Amino acid sequence: MKNPLRSEAEAFQFLLGAAVYFGLIAIAGVLNRWAGLTVFVVLSAAVVWWWLRARRLEPPRQETPTRRGDPNERRILVIANETVGGEALRERIEEHSRGHRTNLLVVTPALNSPVRTFTSDVDKAREQAQQRLDASLARLRADGIDANGEVGDGDPIQAIEDALRTFGADEIIISTHPEGRSNWLERGVVSGARERFAVPITHVVVDLEAERQEVR
Amino acid sequence: MTVQAEVHAAHPPEAHQSSRVDARTLGMFLFIASEVMLFGSFFTAYFFVRVAKGEPWPTPGHELPVFVAGINTIILVTSSFTMHWALQAIKRGNRSGLQAGLTLTFLLGLTFLLTQIREYSRLGFAPYTDSFGTIFYCLTGLHGAHVFVGLTLLLAATTRAYRGHYSPEQHLGVEIPGIYWHFVDVMWIVVYTTVYIL
Repeated sequence: MKNPLRSEAEAFQFLLGAAVYFGLIAIAGVLNRWAGLTVFVVLSAAVVWWWLRARRLEPPRQETPTRRGDPNERRILVIANETVGGEALRERIEEHSRGHRTNLLVVTPALNSPVRTFTSDVDKAREQAQQRLDASLARLRADGIDANGEVGDGDPIQAIEDALRTFGADEIIISTHPEGRSNWLERGVVSGARERFAVPITHVVVDLEAERQEVR
Repeated sequence: MTVQAEVHAAHPPEAHQSSRVDARTLGMFLFIASEVMLFGSFFTAYFFVRVAKGEPWPTPGHELPVFVAGINTIILVTSSFTMHWALQAIKRGNRSGLQAGLTLTFLLGLTFLLTQIREYSRLGFAPYTDSFGTIFYCLTGLHGAHVFVGLTLLLAATTRAYRGHYSPEQHLGVEIPGIYWHFVDVMWIVVYTTVYIL
């Protein structure tokens, strides 16, 4: 929501708008009651339209996470639901870790249905996310990549923000399914994260089905 | 060592700021949101009484000082302009402008409050006269109480301004009372339009 009282200047503009809004309604209302009602309805609709438009045009504010940990190590945050075991992602992690001491954190969002989220029924979602995370970490360790992991918020952007607050990554890797199969891409998670966080973000597409077919 | 333990080992965790708004500004916003609900409850009572009483409105025997209240409205809206001027002045490093702006805002607000108190003594009806009197004094009195609080904040800000506080970089002590003052003015515009005009 666009907050009209974020600063004194915005509050002053809000006051001017309110003065014009109520002034016009009062003048029309004094002349004729129905004219006053009409002006009220028209102005209210105009205000709602303008507010929705202004909200869309408002540039997102980028967040720069606080640097944490050893200054000599490279901290990589990986956000992946079930694609962390993919070959492409592991290759990308190895590539980014080369020549650095790396601290890797894998976050698996506890994906949940809107109704369950609304009713705070998240236990099962977190349990399933923990199982996926354990499998991902085991797979990474088997490939010689040491990583920590945690279950994050069901909203991937929120999960990134939460992880950045405690982990403070130098870069973020978001792993998704290919376009057409990825719910995250459809929801604009990668572009949303790039708009919101002032950290290099790499998007890795992992096609688990193709990898499985190659194995066969 | 886990990530959480690593963070907590050196120092307490940072304050959670997922709202992405400065905590003090957010506090003022939440305060004003609660104030809107408070005024909203009074307006609900006002419209209930108005609908229940029907025509004519105001009920016979209640003559409201529309003209004087209109002048008072102009005074209060003007005080918002001087408030805005004060803040713009300190942002440009103009201390005299800040002091003059805050002083004028305080005086205009005080004039509004004193005029309203004077009008109360001339109205010819009291809060206990009937339901119109009750809701009229409740709404305008509630707003008057907010003006009083705003004047207290302004007095503190003005005193600090004359003592050399605030700078182009540090002026939150003027910004926050400014937001509050504009809110009080907006509420008066709503009260004046609803109660006196329509």
